[in-house]
Amino acid sequence: MIRSITQKKPEKEIERLLKGLNRIFIIGCGTCVTLTRTGGDPEVRAMKEELSTKGKMVTGQTVVPVACDNLTREFLGDFGEQINQADALLIMTCAFGVQSIARQLSRMVIPALDTLFIGKETAVGLFDEICTQCGTCIIGETGGICPVTNCHKGLVNGPCGGTNHGKCEIDVNKDCVWTLIYNRLMELGRIDSMRKYQKPRNHLGEPKPGKFKLPEA
Amino acid sequence: MPTKFKEALESGKFVVTSEVAPPKGTNLEKFKHHIELLKDKVDAMNVTDHQSSVMRYPSLGGAMMVKEMGGEVILQMTCRDRNRLALQADLLFASSRGIQNVLCLTGDSVMLGDHKEAKSVFDMDSSQLLKTVRTMETGKDLGGNELDGGVSFCAGAIVTPEADPLEPQLIKFEKKLEAGAEFIQTQAVYDLDKFKEFMDYARQFHVKILAGIILLTSAPMARFMNKNIAGVFVPQDLIDEMASAPKGQALAKGIEITGRMIKRIHEEKMCDGVHIMAIGKEEKVPDIMEAAGLI
Repeated sequence: MIRSITQKKPEKEIERLLKGLNRIFIIGCGTCVTLTRTGGDPEVRAMKEELSTKGKMVTGQTVVPVACDNLTREFLGDFGEQINQADALLIMTCAFGVQSIARQLSRMVIPALDTLFIGKETAVGLFDEICTQCGTCIIGETGGICPVTNCHKGLVNGPCGGTNHGKCEIDVNKDCVWTLIYNRLMELGRIDSMRKYQKPRNHLGEPKPGKFKLPEA
Repeated sequence: MPTKFKEALESGKFVVTSEVAPPKGTNLEKFKHHIELLKDKVDAMNVTDHQSSVMRYPSLGGAMMVKEMGGEVILQMTCRDRNRLALQADLLFASSRGIQNVLCLTGDSVMLGDHKEAKSVFDMDSSQLLKTVRTMETGKDLGGNELDGGVSFCAGAIVTPEADPLEPQLIKFEKKLEAGAEFIQTQAVYDLDKFKEFMDYARQFHVKILAGIILLTSAPMARFMNKNIAGVFVPQDLIDEMASAPKGQALAKGIEITGRMIKRIHEEKMCDGVHIMAIGKEEKVPDIMEAAGLI
């Protein structure tokens, strides 16, 4: 399943963002951030404690089922009073949730998390980025593994000179995707596809900001 | 017209290139001193392009200085900081100023340098940059548009003969040759028997190969490279030899070892020449060449 991977912002940054805002309503989410333990019920409770010890008044808190869903407005309707009393909403969801809530409630929103990437749980407690939604998919030639996403430099013609023991030059915990692609293509007997020169990538897949309208049926 | 460097490559002589790094700042005195020292001794000098992703005076500016001072220059170009418009523009500029040897590199990660939060570009990679050079030589840019006044380059690239795993690296190496690399500078090699194995493979291709040689300056420096530089392996016996140098004599020992390695590469005709990298110790390059019996 696609997951939005988040990490809590540094304490100092949250303090700065909440400066002068004394009454806070905290919102978590029951999906991705619960899984990544960044905005589920325990984290929302801990945030309430943290804010209280810093002299903030928490007017209320909740964990919405799916923050990025359009039904979030209705769910939050039950907290109207507590939300109205707050100077700001501190939102412990990914940026999709923060922006959905901001659009729906027209209230000052403060994200408590940074959204790192849209990823996949590849082992228990381990999340990997596998697609950057570039709009010009090339994985038909790379054994179904995306180098645009998984090579630190997004290289499409093979590894750079920084590859080391199958790991990336920036982090020994990150695989060199070109070792993975090489192994996969060897397994499949399709290594010729790695020998093929790939021209500079087309970055015009969908110019930012992405927008897509279904054609009339 | 072929460049002087290209002529040297074609002449069959043992080619020697080296490297000069532009300064961080506008004080070019030391840089000029290094150019002055090397320009008549080596066949060409590489000018590095924000080496290790550390922001410096630009390689193009440095290359112009080498040219103005009468040296033969190889412009290093990485794809880290410029997209295809900027790279093509710089190739036009270089060619128009007579800078016509270019080493096409992908470039290190921005994260390894001194502006870690900068946006990295990598719109192209080394093989695509080589192909870009060859495309522009046909009188067209990458958009298929006519160029009013063309370019001409002797273009090269790098390879890491001791990469692990090796096979993906060799696939990339062959792509670079197909994309138009005329010469190859290797990552630093120390185990010459292993390098010979690489050359046994590489000889099947029509390309000139210069063995990369990094001057060892101390035993800790050798251990540091083994730990931190991808594809560089200094064998234990060389580290021991460096460590055996009397206090204050490590650099002299490094020069002796480096000279000895180059001499062996030369005498056994392992490849077409060497590329000497004396990072931060450029003034020692003539000593290394002397130790190697080249001057």
